[in-house]
Amino acid sequence: MPTVDQRYRWIYKPLVFVACAAPAAYMLGGAFGVIDAHLGADPVSEIIHRCGKTALNLLLITLAVTPLRQITGWSHVLRVRRMLGVFAFVYALLHFVAYFWLDRGLDWRTVGEDILKRPYITIGMLALLALVPLAATSTNRMMRRLKRRWQTLHRLIYPIAILGVWHFWWQVKKDIREPLIYALILAVLLGWRVWHGPVRRRLARAAGATSTSAPATARERT
Amino acid sequence: MSRKRPTIAIPPSEITPPELFFDRRRAMQLAFAAGAAAGLGRADRLFAAEAAAAGRFKAPRNAALSISDPPNKWEEVTGYNNFYEFGTDKTDPAANAGTLKPSPWSLTIDGECEVKGRFDLEDILSKMPLEERVYRLRCVEAWSMVIPWVGFPLAELIKRHKPTSKAKYVEFKTLLDTKQMPGERTRILDWPYIEGLRIDEATHPLTLMVVGVYGRMLPNQNGAPLRLVVPWKYGFKGIKSIVSIRFVEQQPRNTWQVANPGEYGFYANVNPKVDHPRWSQASERLIGGSLIARRRPTEMFNGYAEQVASLYSGMDLRRNF
Repeated sequence: MPTVDQRYRWIYKPLVFVACAAPAAYMLGGAFGVIDAHLGADPVSEIIHRCGKTALNLLLITLAVTPLRQITGWSHVLRVRRMLGVFAFVYALLHFVAYFWLDRGLDWRTVGEDILKRPYITIGMLALLALVPLAATSTNRMMRRLKRRWQTLHRLIYPIAILGVWHFWWQVKKDIREPLIYALILAVLLGWRVWHGPVRRRLARAAGATSTSAPATARERT
Repeated sequence: MSRKRPTIAIPPSEITPPELFFDRRRAMQLAFAAGAAAGLGRADRLFAAEAAAAGRFKAPRNAALSISDPPNKWEEVTGYNNFYEFGTDKTDPAANAGTLKPSPWSLTIDGECEVKGRFDLEDILSKMPLEERVYRLRCVEAWSMVIPWVGFPLAELIKRHKPTSKAKYVEFKTLLDTKQMPGERTRILDWPYIEGLRIDEATHPLTLMVVGVYGRMLPNQNGAPLRLVVPWKYGFKGIKSIVSIRFVEQQPRNTWQVANPGEYGFYANVNPKVDHPRWSQASERLIGGSLIARRRPTEMFNGYAEQVASLYSGMDLRRNF
């Protein structure tokens, strides 16, 4: 019977890696005509949208890890969280590269104008930039070096997720059903943290409780 | 899905012959309709149905009013559509528009005109001079396609119905029928879709009532059986599956203007200098399979400034967007 360490190293992590890389592989295959990826008559906008949506999906999945761990007690799911987060960054970067290169043909002048003049692009760019330090500090070495500051830094994920969903919402012409679903899921994930963190702590304090599980959970929460 | 995709290296100039893509089922339906018409003994209908079953319009190209750019491929023109009555994704209309029954079709023409009533589309078409025109369709979303339409000048139809001096505008309406157009069950837009033109825009020789594309009957997803094409305006002015044309004194409130008055106006003239609030209109992406987008600078009035700019002389195009 393999240990938890072995299972993560040889089974779960490779599986998560393959699952995260699959959307990119699928699009590449479609782009070069190897498989039918339904990129359609406007493959450029299709690739831009798929990369962006995959980045958002992975952001939300990353944010779901902590609630999942606390609800199920599977403390070891934390081990795949950094990989999910790094993939979210990779897709956000691909989303930008596809827009800058495939759509705009590396015309930095019009892209610069877009970033400054179009609010939905401005906030998307902010979210991407804020992801850079998180991706850069996602190695074991950086985690050890930053110690507690690592957690503080990585709380940036909350405003990033809000900006990301807002960016999606804002570029839709009329049919907001899809961004609305993203916003609701994000609200649940963030709301869960507020409830299980500050709110419960305050309630516990108000009730004069000395040692419930809430403060401990809150300290572990990242 | 093992259907082999055309590789991206094919330039749009290599047009796929529409024969390959003509829907066999629709051809059989039309053949059936022809048989039914024969049973009724209506010779004119039989002729029209036969022509449709053969799938071709006898429509000479109007070269003077056509652009010379190579047209987009048939599957791009018929597979990449904005037609919210069948869903909001570009591929939804092609997938869902099978519920629309474009034949028989009648058109109500009324309001400030002398010849009013409900008219059979076939009767109207038998009197109209059909021609092919290659226009560039510039969508407000900053992409464009080149499409060989088949149609007749709206001015020809308007003339026959004798608008009065009170007819300052023309209002168009799409079919309202949630059975045929399932997207109308959602509240994304106010249904039915409404568009409008000033009477001088409507009677301009470039304004086309379209019944076909690539020499064939208009596929449902492109707005069968009758749609409007105004080449110097953004694509959303080109109302599809029209059931009503009404001459009115007041400026109609078109659907996208009602939906978002800050972003979409009544005129919607293509104008590279007036940006959409959320994106630039200075250039456009050419639709057509290429992995690195080909872009072109957007032209004033979509390239028809010489013919139509005078319609708007003295108007502030920034306010009247």
